[in-house]
Amino acid sequence: MEVIAILIPLALLLGLFFIGAFIWVTHKGQYDDLETPKLRMLLDEKPKRGKVHEQE
Amino acid sequence: MNKSRRLESFSYDDQIVRWFVIATVIWGAVAMLLGVTIAFQLADWRVNLGLPWTTFGRLRPLHTNAAIFAFCGNAIFAGIYYSHQRLLKARLFNDLLSRIHFWGWQAIIVLAAVTLPLGITSGKEYAELEWPIDILITVIWVVFAVNFFGTIVRRRERHIYVAIWFYIATIITVAVLHIVNSIEIPVSLTKSYSMYSGVQDALVQWWYGHNAVAFFLTTPFLGLMYYFIPKAANRPVYSYRLSIIHFWSLVFIYIWAGPHHLLYTTLPEWAQTLGMVFSVALWMPSWGGMINGLMTLRGVWGKVRTEPTLRFMATALTFYGMSTFEGPLLSIKSVNAIAHFTDWIPGHVHSGTIGWNYMLTAGILYFLVSKLWNTEIYSKRLASIQFWTATIGLVLYIVSMWVAGVTQSLMWSAMDEAGRLVYPNFIETVVRIVPMYWVRAVGGTLVFISFLVMIYNLYKTAKKGSCESAEVYEAYALDESSIEEGATKHRSLEGMPMIFAVLSLVAILVGSAIEIIPSLLSNNYVEKMSVVKPYTGLELAGRDIYIREGCYLCHSQTVRPMAHEVLRYGKASEAAEFVYDHPFQWGSKRTGPDLARVGGKYSNMWHYRHFMKPQEVTAGSIMPRYTWLFSRALDYSSLPKKLDVMKTLGVPYSLDEITNSVAHAKAQAEAIAQDLHASGVPLEIQNKEVVALIAYIQRLGTDYGKAEAP
Repeated sequence: MEVIAILIPLALLLGLFFIGAFIWVTHKGQYDDLETPKLRMLLDEKPKRGKVHEQE
Repeated sequence: MNKSRRLESFSYDDQIVRWFVIATVIWGAVAMLLGVTIAFQLADWRVNLGLPWTTFGRLRPLHTNAAIFAFCGNAIFAGIYYSHQRLLKARLFNDLLSRIHFWGWQAIIVLAAVTLPLGITSGKEYAELEWPIDILITVIWVVFAVNFFGTIVRRRERHIYVAIWFYIATIITVAVLHIVNSIEIPVSLTKSYSMYSGVQDALVQWWYGHNAVAFFLTTPFLGLMYYFIPKAANRPVYSYRLSIIHFWSLVFIYIWAGPHHLLYTTLPEWAQTLGMVFSVALWMPSWGGMINGLMTLRGVWGKVRTEPTLRFMATALTFYGMSTFEGPLLSIKSVNAIAHFTDWIPGHVHSGTIGWNYMLTAGILYFLVSKLWNTEIYSKRLASIQFWTATIGLVLYIVSMWVAGVTQSLMWSAMDEAGRLVYPNFIETVVRIVPMYWVRAVGGTLVFISFLVMIYNLYKTAKKGSCESAEVYEAYALDESSIEEGATKHRSLEGMPMIFAVLSLVAILVGSAIEIIPSLLSNNYVEKMSVVKPYTGLELAGRDIYIREGCYLCHSQTVRPMAHEVLRYGKASEAAEFVYDHPFQWGSKRTGPDLARVGGKYSNMWHYRHFMKPQEVTAGSIMPRYTWLFSRALDYSSLPKKLDVMKTLGVPYSLDEITNSVAHAKAQAEAIAQDLHASGVPLEIQNKEVVALIAYIQRLGTDYGKAEAP
């Protein structure tokens, strides 16, 4: 059953990775606003027809 | 800083989405046709056609792989690539990577479609593909990851919408699962042995197997649900806060639930309980998500009745709720005792895959095809016909499997007052449920027909529409990008750490897996029993045939500690019995009886006749005939290599056993052939595959099972 020694740390590592991600994005202000994102995703800007001018 | 933000023009890569849409419908039809075929094979064995590559044991892995990785896989990629670009207001990171991703994935599917019918398999459910394809999957997955995260880096929208979180969890976790479960040592280009054995292999396999369901069939589709339902309904998601809670609670709980596939096995009790507790806990986030999705539709229920997109999505959510109710229920030990190994499980699986994945995909496809080809759906009436055909077919499938599963389980466990089995012959319990197999096959056929109707409807929709050249959109760059005016390379450099982080996570996992696992596995992980010895060369060759023919898909090899199982099969299994099993072969379904202790139960001649014509030995048997085993020459030459690889994995073969393995195997084969010869079988049979398979079957469970209890 030593494989448990890999699976549990691995599961914890994944868990820690996601906890870290959660804390990081919260600090970055991702969840400061939980109302407008759901409305903004509904808005697709009208396309501006024509040729592509990539600025990058 | 805002004053320095630049207005940028860009376009979306919709062509790649169209390709993935087309691949989705093609592979979906293939997967369902295969499903219908194997459903009829269970109802009538003659549908196996007597050919090696059309037999159930080889087509069933092809069906599952096609449904999960080809149909759902392409659907996920189509939906993710469409929504990802729009949610982030950015074109996909790199067009070339998108194309490599597309063609690489299709190549994997084609390789699977060739190798699995040829019997090239690693023998682990849902991870059957052999090691070269495993490596290709890893490479293509990394391409997908780089393309995906690169797009996040280049985004023009600061907020990462909840759908994208679901995609991120999918990409990272699937990579980890695939790599850890696929660690194997090659014998040749087409054959390898799992690094793990017995209980360990079982635990890793179901840690993978369960999370494949979680992170390939659930989280990506939940992400798609959070994008496409609000879009199709043109209403914001009911509660954004709930969706965030849904995501984080789901990813933390799901990864622990795997052991519920191994209840009552020799897995340690505490691990079983852990799996059960987390499975029950999953109820909460699952239903939170379902409620959030359905509540989004409040106020537009009228549209759900008429709009195909919304109708399929609402139904998908309902089935998602049902199967995530059934799942925790099935993982409770007392329920699992009844349901495990029965047809209830395929019924449960299909309420998820057809009810949730197919229905949601159908909704997304109607949405995508009308958007991407700039037109309205060709026929709402056809969509309605499709909807009802699929729903009725699915209900027939689920209900017939409930009835079959519970009926058979009660018959297996029925004991009379004297403590004897009421149905000692396994075949009685099979014959009783064959009518249900017919109902399931009809239900499956209806689902397949519904899919064809959708393909026609989508084809006509695309035909009357047109794919216009890329439309141009405008959005402001994120403010960091403009810190240095004109420094165009700046943003791409800024993105590098994120890509490096992901790549290094993958690298760390590969490295640690390769370094840590062998050192751990060389230890005596399970208390060994002196009576349990490694397989002989001939038995090992027979075991490889057992794996090649997919016997494990219908026969389990583990006796649970229950009175009726001990009566029927013999002593309950012990962990130490499986220490040399690379890979383990416990199976997950008993379409036929358990084989853990079948060794010595019947004569060699019985097995010989049974592989030739099962129905002549057991009236009413639904097992296919394996006639080619009697004409194909056994491959003795690879034995030294096979034993050598097994030795590397910790199986204690001596140098003599390895170098003289061919001679030893031939001697054992001759002894079996002599025994068969006494019943009139020509001696030439000793060089045929069937002898090796008989040798393996006769060995099963005999080391411990027949020995006096210690």
